[in-house]
Amino acid sequence: MAIVPPPGIEPAPATLAPEVLAEPAAAGALVGSQRSLFRRGWEVFAQNRLALAGLATAVFMVLFSFVGPLFYRTDQVHTDLINALCPPSGAHLLGCDSVGYDVLGRLMIAGQTSLEVGGAAAVVAVLFGTLYGAISGFIGGPVDAILMRIVDAGLSIPYITVLVILAVIFQPTRVIMILIIAVFYWLGVARLIRGETLSLRTREYVQAVKVAGGSRMRAVVRHIVPNAIGTIIVQATFAVADSIIILASLGFLGLGIQPPDTDWGDMLSNGLSFIQSGSVPWWLIYPAGLAIIITCIAFNFIGDALRDAFETRLQRR
Amino acid sequence: MAGYLIRRGFQAIVVLFLITIFTFSLQHLVPGGAVRALIDNPRATPQQIAFYTHLYGFDRPIWVQYGKWVWQMLHGNLGYSAKNNLTVAAELALYLPKTMILVLLGTIVSLLFGIPLGLYQAVKRYTLGDYVLTGVSFVGYATPTFFVGILLVLWFSEDVKLFPAFAPQETSILGVLGDPRAFVLPVAAYAFVLYALWSRYMRSSVMDNLVQDYVRTARAKGASERRVLWTHIFRNSLTAIVTLLGLSLPTLVAGALFIEVIFNYPGMGLAFYNAALNFDYPTLLGFTVIASIATIIGNLLADISYAVLDPRVRYG
Repeated sequence: MAIVPPPGIEPAPATLAPEVLAEPAAAGALVGSQRSLFRRGWEVFAQNRLALAGLATAVFMVLFSFVGPLFYRTDQVHTDLINALCPPSGAHLLGCDSVGYDVLGRLMIAGQTSLEVGGAAAVVAVLFGTLYGAISGFIGGPVDAILMRIVDAGLSIPYITVLVILAVIFQPTRVIMILIIAVFYWLGVARLIRGETLSLRTREYVQAVKVAGGSRMRAVVRHIVPNAIGTIIVQATFAVADSIIILASLGFLGLGIQPPDTDWGDMLSNGLSFIQSGSVPWWLIYPAGLAIIITCIAFNFIGDALRDAFETRLQRR
Repeated sequence: MAGYLIRRGFQAIVVLFLITIFTFSLQHLVPGGAVRALIDNPRATPQQIAFYTHLYGFDRPIWVQYGKWVWQMLHGNLGYSAKNNLTVAAELALYLPKTMILVLLGTIVSLLFGIPLGLYQAVKRYTLGDYVLTGVSFVGYATPTFFVGILLVLWFSEDVKLFPAFAPQETSILGVLGDPRAFVLPVAAYAFVLYALWSRYMRSSVMDNLVQDYVRTARAKGASERRVLWTHIFRNSLTAIVTLLGLSLPTLVAGALFIEVIFNYPGMGLAFYNAALNFDYPTLLGFTVIASIATIIGNLLADISYAVLDPRVRYG
């Protein structure tokens, strides 16, 4: 997925990092002149053990969901009522759910939906929010005032009410879920990027675009947005975690992804239907719940570390 | 200050106007139109649909409908829920006080834990205690509210029969308050999620203040560590929390919805959820508008209290 932090794309040598720490003054000059933004970000990122653990966990969850089914083959199409609710055993490592689906295999399939919807919603929300915020901040004046009041209004409506109403109106498929989550999530991003733009638009290089006869669109897309990339990536990372939680929460309310598709929240709510009977099979609750929590913690760790990484870059400059 | 208040109040009115437009258009997003949402019977004949379309004025121009809706709301008529045979205002009177009790209790409990522990974390930063508590708030951040509620029910109501799995079911406010044992789990679930928020903000806010010049000045003047912490740092860190309290109102309402659904607590969240399942649009719209107004007022109060509490911030 595109959201997994770009610094990971470049396998920067981690051995460089201590040297940077040892001579901050000299290294500062060197870093400023020679290394790329992502390279420097990665060095700070790589020193943060929590961040690396988060990155490893996120990569593991992606592999688990998308590659896992190739190795752990289960039938997730036909129900198997004889084995319904069977406890964990050699044949079914995490037992079966109420209609006989293998829980471990289902966890992988559900993970695909959760990660796909979470990732795509984050991308859509952050892309739209970034453009909206950057344009609003760049143009300024009455246009900015109107555009920002729209964001204020959106943020004043408790998000769960909008989500519930939209989920009731539209039949929730994956694409609809992505759009519903994004409709709510872009607002916060727009406000943040607008703030960033307000400080970026006065920089010389943005003024120079105007002097050189570049269009306003060019200034926004080619100069302002790339310079706010740190904030944007950090927001995208948190957005993935939040979107997965929102999707799971809607699933719990029965308004999320509909069968035969499933996600972690949907699995959880299936397990919860046993709560009335007094004994809930643990393998219906904890694996799906832990999958959500672990994935979200991982993305939160990555987001926090990225924020530190990009802020350090700004300080060193 | 007066100029700032006027400007800020004007902004709030504009935002309110936009919210009514959003909410109003939601009703018309329903496939088949607003009247479909109202009669919600696939076998309704075209004559019946036409009759109700005319009766409810859905055949009027859209701005006339909007104008009438707003006009009625300004006169206190929030709409009429045909599904529940109650006016929306009556529903509000029934459910709002209960949600407020839950939200108030949960917020107070979460603040009682979040503020002292956040302060402790900042003072004892990078120690084992700090790491453990940071871990707790990270888990709180990453756990869906409903899952917290479910786990509490599983652990403390099914495994160990300590507390009932249902919130107080009494209809009167006094009856609700008369059952404190049933309140423990809903309030705990609600407070845990908020606790993660407060403690994290308190920690970073205190850490920001620790390195400020005024702290060094206070120490240089010979103030005791205790005095520096409580009179200087603590009070300055609280402004961030006060602002956050106002800004987090939408989250408060949202969190309450899941808690109310899990513990079957008859508040606004549960009523809203049931209205959504029943396509009860008047209730949905009325509640959304009221909750949004509460949010706007909360934001306004947050801004004003921020300006009052922090003399460095003097607007307009």
